[in-house]
Amino acid sequence: MTLVYPRESNSIHAPRLSPAYKSTTKRAPQKPLVIMRHTLSELTGPAYGHEAVRENDHDLTIQHDGEPLGERIIVHGYVKDEDGRGVANTLVEVWQANACGRYIHAVDQHPAPLDPNFTGAGRCKSDDKGYFRFVTIKPGAYPWGNHHNAWRPAHIHFSVFGHSFVSRLVTQMYFPNDPLFAFDPIYNSIPDENVRKRMVSSFDLDNTKPDWALCYRFDIVLRGRNATPMESK
Amino acid sequence: MSGKPVSGITPSQTVGPYFKYGLTPGTDYRWNDAFGNNLATPDAVGERIRIEGQVFDGDGKPVVDSMLEIWQADGQGRFADQTQGTLANTAFRGFGRVGTDASGAFAFDTVKPGQVPDPDGKLQAPHILLAVFARGMTMQTYSRIYFVGQAANATDPVLALVPSERRNTLMATKQGAAYRFDVHLQGERETVFFDL
Repeated sequence: MTLVYPRESNSIHAPRLSPAYKSTTKRAPQKPLVIMRHTLSELTGPAYGHEAVRENDHDLTIQHDGEPLGERIIVHGYVKDEDGRGVANTLVEVWQANACGRYIHAVDQHPAPLDPNFTGAGRCKSDDKGYFRFVTIKPGAYPWGNHHNAWRPAHIHFSVFGHSFVSRLVTQMYFPNDPLFAFDPIYNSIPDENVRKRMVSSFDLDNTKPDWALCYRFDIVLRGRNATPMESK
Repeated sequence: MSGKPVSGITPSQTVGPYFKYGLTPGTDYRWNDAFGNNLATPDAVGERIRIEGQVFDGDGKPVVDSMLEIWQADGQGRFADQTQGTLANTAFRGFGRVGTDASGAFAFDTVKPGQVPDPDGKLQAPHILLAVFARGMTMQTYSRIYFVGQAANATDPVLALVPSERRNTLMATKQGAAYRFDVHLQGERETVFFDL
């Protein structure tokens, strides 16, 4: 199956210069990007990283001697292409703050406690239908220095590969009904409100585990569609 | 999960400042690297090369919290694509990842890629695909690393699209035993980025 990666699909992304998100002002290209046809280099992509996935890497709550504090959750969904087909055997990496909104990263010094039982990194490989599943704790919101009283809505960072080097996606998954959405320049850097909502997981009651964990569903759609358009049904 | 049309791709969001412990932990965090910056497996076909550089922002300051990923063919122009995982007779995987350090510096050890065709079957000059991620970047930017002095550069169909006065930003230059390739995210020396 030959996939194509129409450039138009990228039009939904945030402008590279999004001034409300201040760090973009010195890091966004100012010169026009050069448009080119995709060659074999762009249409192929890495197929590995899978062997780095260990049996329990998808469960961020069992990486230490004790259990992390916080609200235990399951985060699951499908990686799909633009035709809705599952993307099989692709690496999904996640990282996140702990329940208090503190990252283990050395640069994060905001005065919330670290959790000795939580690193906040995980990875898994999608199955043959593109399905992935993580067990973790719900991350907290946290302050950042972008503007006065700036807080990031709770989120989990996702890194996904897909079928080629141009399907590569790094994004953030949010939680439904977060009151901080309206005030977050990173979330709002996506111009279209309906597109923004694609980053918001949905509460998934059917897949909660009674007496154990709540569940959120998050589907990820990567670039790539069949060279021959499918018949619409 | 088959064939149900979806409403559009998931938007990109910045990798942020805190990716290191998840994506490039090295030995600093209790996590392990899925990828590294040494692609030159012992059996990889091609001339061993090292590429060193720094990433700079629009003020010329080193970007200490960026991540670079590369994707390339081996010395014979073969990609370890998903259909094969690795090439039939080598462990070469063609993909590398590294985070910039406190001086914005990075390095890759790899093999010099061979030539691969463009969509018309015309051979491109040896090149490595580069994706740059960082706090303050809403999504990755794509560039290409070419090699200074290659005869094939003169007829490369992609380089031909780049204004001649900017082509040098895509050239790794020889510096001692290594190649040097700096990335300027913006400014007068802004690296050429491609709209892929």
